[in-house]
Parts: sequence; structure tokens; C-alpha cells
Amino acid sequence: MTPIDPLVGQAVPPVSRLQAGRMAQPLLRGKEFHPFQTSGKQFVYLVPSAAVFELDAAASAILARLAEASLTREELVNGLSARFPASELRETLTELLRVQAIGEETQARIPVPKKTLPIGPPVGAAPGMPIPLTTMVLNVTNQCNLSCTYCYEYGEDKIVDTENGKKAKFMSEETARESVDFMLRESGPNRKAHLTFFGGETLMNLPVLKFAIPYARERAAEMGKEVDFSLTTNATLLRPDVIEFLAENRVGVTISIDGPQEVQDQFRVFHNGTGSYEMVAPKIRELLARHRSRPIGARVTLTSENLDVRKIFRHLRGEIGFWEVGFAPVTTAPNRKYAIAEQGFDTMLEQFQALAAEFLEYALENRHHGFSNVRDTLEEIHKGVSKAYPCGAGLGLMGVSTDGDVALCHRFAGSDAHKLGTVRDGIDRLVQIGFLEKHHIDDKTDCSQCWARPLCSGGCYHEAHTRYGDTAHANLHYCEWIRGWTDTCLKVYAELSVKNPRYLEQFDEEGENEASQVN
Amino acid sequence: MKHLRSINRKAGRIERHMVAKDAEAAEDVVALQQGPPPPAAPHIPLGCTLVFSPGWEADRSGGTAGLCTPVERDLFDCHEGCYWPAQVPDQLNHAQNWTAKCASAQKDWRNIDLVFP
Repeated sequence: MTPIDPLVGQAVPPVSRLQAGRMAQPLLRGKEFHPFQTSGKQFVYLVPSAAVFELDAAASAILARLAEASLTREELVNGLSARFPASELRETLTELLRVQAIGEETQARIPVPKKTLPIGPPVGAAPGMPIPLTTMVLNVTNQCNLSCTYCYEYGEDKIVDTENGKKAKFMSEETARESVDFMLRESGPNRKAHLTFFGGETLMNLPVLKFAIPYARERAAEMGKEVDFSLTTNATLLRPDVIEFLAENRVGVTISIDGPQEVQDQFRVFHNGTGSYEMVAPKIRELLARHRSRPIGARVTLTSENLDVRKIFRHLRGEIGFWEVGFAPVTTAPNRKYAIAEQGFDTMLEQFQALAAEFLEYALENRHHGFSNVRDTLEEIHKGVSKAYPCGAGLGLMGVSTDGDVALCHRFAGSDAHKLGTVRDGIDRLVQIGFLEKHHIDDKTDCSQCWARPLCSGGCYHEAHTRYGDTAHANLHYCEWIRGWTDTCLKVYAELSVKNPRYLEQFDEEGENEASQVN
Repeated sequence: MKHLRSINRKAGRIERHMVAKDAEAAEDVVALQQGPPPPAAPHIPLGCTLVFSPGWEADRSGGTAGLCTPVERDLFDCHEGCYWPAQVPDQLNHAQNWTAKCASAQKDWRNIDLVFP
């Protein structure tokens, strides 16, 4: 049987078959990859290994030929012999075959055996141990003092009945304590755990934060661990004493804000319909002035009526002074007025591309730009991430509801259909494994031919649930956007690798960013 | 590699992996002298098989008497599966009915008799 190469993720042909002249010459064809060019050079992004290679002229010529038709080695060498020496072409062919950029026509694609964690031991863990929890998102309340039209928790597409349901409106200290114990227990061999507070409006339950942070720190110290804290807030309750508390405790803060006043006030409104900009802007400025221990980011929800990404970025980064700004399209059923339609995604992509170009200019001069979407994608490209799952939900990240139910992530917290266990009784491993079995990229037929799947892996479960009523559905409504954006980031990455490779060294440090923006 | 340049970390890993494989392969050729002992083979009980394709293996003592299925069964697999040379009667000319009584080899192998020319 042909062995599966663990690194390339596909079956490797036996070496002898790569050597010419042993048998009737097999036809060669291009395998899965995405070619792109920048800085006058040719590159390929290989799928599914997620490796990026720069090609010389001979390698590009071979790939271009194979894009037209499958050819044998000799046909390729003869066809290109006017441009390149035959020996060089043969050498190039061998290299392309070995990195799996090309393969034999007859060689069937052998699927990589599906590995469903946490059955296998994660790196560094004892055999048989489940994958450790790195991030726990605690929904400390499901109450909110705003009533943003598009809200996935309260709006038309909500999953959990937050108003009339049986769920507690505020998390108790007791549940917070049990959650922290659960997190530290589930963090396994990891030295560091991330605790993110979320809502509703997180700061409406400040007492639980004031209890949980020192408690977590103390319990972690007893176990020789550390806890990193962060929260997401709408900024309405940032009083001076709250800001002081966050700064002192080094709590990372992400602010949900949509942009300048006319944009913010369109959807981010109080219950009586008045906009929130005038109230939050001075509070955010105060937070930025006082809280210097952690970089503070803005997180923008884009809607069909609010797609001027550059204008929003200028305002939040330049005028207000956020360290970084991240954008995400609104999660909604397709028939809502504010849902972004296909054309909207094109507009969004153009805007993102313009900002990415600006990011590149900054990066070439080693300056901080602050467009976090591009930075996050560059980091994944740099590491060669090839995902079996779109995100850490149900693996290294879990959400906890106000009454202590553990769900896939904070967006499903409180939903009985997406419950994995409770902080008291732990995770039901069979449910977790069942979830992972069902959501593996190999089972998303829609994604099987897409070159962007190592990074996208089908997209957000919550988005899929809202759009298609099924968490395992691929998010087909934004495929073109994902491919366009991945292509843009690959070009930025490749250009940096040519012109300022030292900039990319910052991504060598192991990811601390994972919990920085929960939204 | 001369024609491809590794750009990201994954590409670098693939390249190092290839270099290591080359080094391994190179050693294979040099090391025709005695190398380390081969790894112990797994213990597989002889003569037992999960599919109806019994082997021509020997039993524990090196004979055939102790096999859990008789060697005669091999004949059938050999001439049909055609992947091992076996002396079987000429079924085209002299022994057309050689396997006539053996509809299911699994049950009827005893009915395959010797043929004398």
C-alpha cells in the first residue's frame, strides 16, 4: 500500500515511479494548488499542505503547461527544451513531484485518514488524554443595555430564548467559581489558560468579574499555571473605576463598535432607539488613555448599509486611537435587510484589498498598521495552518452559559442542542467526539475542490447554523469572498517574504492571539 | 531544492523532510554492510487466515500436517487467482469437470480430486 506522508498529507508515490524510463511513461497533471504572482515573481500555495513556494521560470513554465493538458515527462521536457536545458527541466519535475504540486494522472487521490481529536493524544499530553482547553468564554450575563438590530443573541436570528427562557440572566459567583475550576482542570498540561468574559453586555455583571479574576489567578498559581484575561464590551459602562480595574488586572479589552457616529447609531442603539455613539466615544477615549497594559482593539460588524471599511478604519484607528481594528460581516439569515448580499461581499473585498495594500506599505517599513484581519491571516499563512475544523470551538475553545452549561462556543452558550456538558460534570466526550466526527472538513463535500479550504475549512458553525440551519453546512454564501481575501493575503505575505522577510519573524512566536478577539 | 524556494514555515518543513528522506535513501545504498538487526516481525499464527485464500505456509513445525486448513485448498486459489504458479489439471482438454463438484470452495474443497492422465 502506498504510504501516507504525514507532512504532505497525501500518498507519496514510490520513488522508483518518479524515475523516468522504468515503465510506460505516466501522464503528469497539476495537483491542487493556487498559483499567484507578486513582485514579478511566481508563487504557489499548495493544498492541502498549505505550503507556499516561490517558483523559478522552469517550474512556472511546467505548471503552466500542465494547466492546459496532462503530459508525460518526455513531452514536457521536449516541449520546453527551447527555453530550458533538459537536465534542468527533469530536476524541476522531480522537485514539483516531491512537494506534490504535480502528480501522476492515474494516481488516485488517496484521502488522508480522518483524525478526529480528541481520541488521539495531543502533542505533549499523556496518551489518551483529550485535547486541552486553551480558551474558555464565560457568558456572565445574557442581559444587554443596548439593543443592536442585528444582534445574534437578541435579534431575529437568536438561538436561545434569552428573555423568557429558563436560563439565569446573570451568572452567579458559584457558577463562575465552578467554571474557573473546570477551565483549569480541562487545561491539561498547558501552563497558560485564557479566560474571556462575554455577554450580553459583559460589564453588567461586574461583580462576577471582580470575583472570578482574583479567584482564577489564585487557583492557577496553586497549580503552577497562569491565566490571561480578556473581555468584549459595548463600552457603555466604562466608568473610571471600571477602567482602573481593567488596567490594573491587565484585562485585554475588545470594544464592539461600528465606526463614526452616523454608522454606529444606525444599528447600535439603546432600547428606545437612540444611538450609542455619543455615550461610548468619550468613554473609549478615556479607556485608551488610561489602560496601557494591553493593546485595545475594536471589532466592527459590517452590514449591507455599512460597508465603507476604509472610512470606519480611519475613524477608529486614526481618530479614536484603537491599537487595532477587526471587521466581520454580520451573521444573519439571508433575507434580513442588513444581510450582506453577493454584491456587498464584492464591495467589502475591494475595501479590504485597499486596506491590505496600506497594511503592506506599513509593514515594509516595519510600522504598525492596525488592520487585524490581515495580520491574523498572515500569521496562519506563515505557520502553514491546514485546518480540519474552521475554529477551535468544541476543541480548545468552549463557551459557558450563565447557568454553567458548556457549549461549542460563546455563540451557542445556553443552547441545549449544542451543549457539550456542564462545568460541574465536565464534558460528555461522546457528544464532543460525535460533533467532531460530523464537522470534519473531509465530510464537507462542498469544500473538497476548493483551494482555500486549509484556511477556511467551511467557516463559522454559528454562521452556518443561522444561514442554513445546520452547523455542519459549508458557508457557501461567502466562498468567493474567502478565496478573494485569501489570495490578497497570500500576495501580501509573499511580497513581504521577498522585500522584508524579517517582518514575518514576529509570527514565529507561538500564538498568543487566539483569544484576543471574541465576537 | 533549486527550482522551488520555501516561503512559509510549512514549506520549510517539507523541504527539511525531503532532505532527511534523501539522506536516509543515500545511507541505504552505502550501508550494504551489516546494519542493525531487522525489527522483530509481529507474531502471526500460521495457517490461520481471515479470508478464504489459504496460504501455502508451513505449520509451526515446518510441515503441513498442523495447518488449520488443508494445503489442497491452495490449488484452487492458485489456478484461479493466478498469482502463483501451481500444478493444476488441464481444464481445457483433459479435466474439464475437475471442479464440477466444487461449487463453493469453502464447503466443497474435499471434492476436488486428483487427476491421473
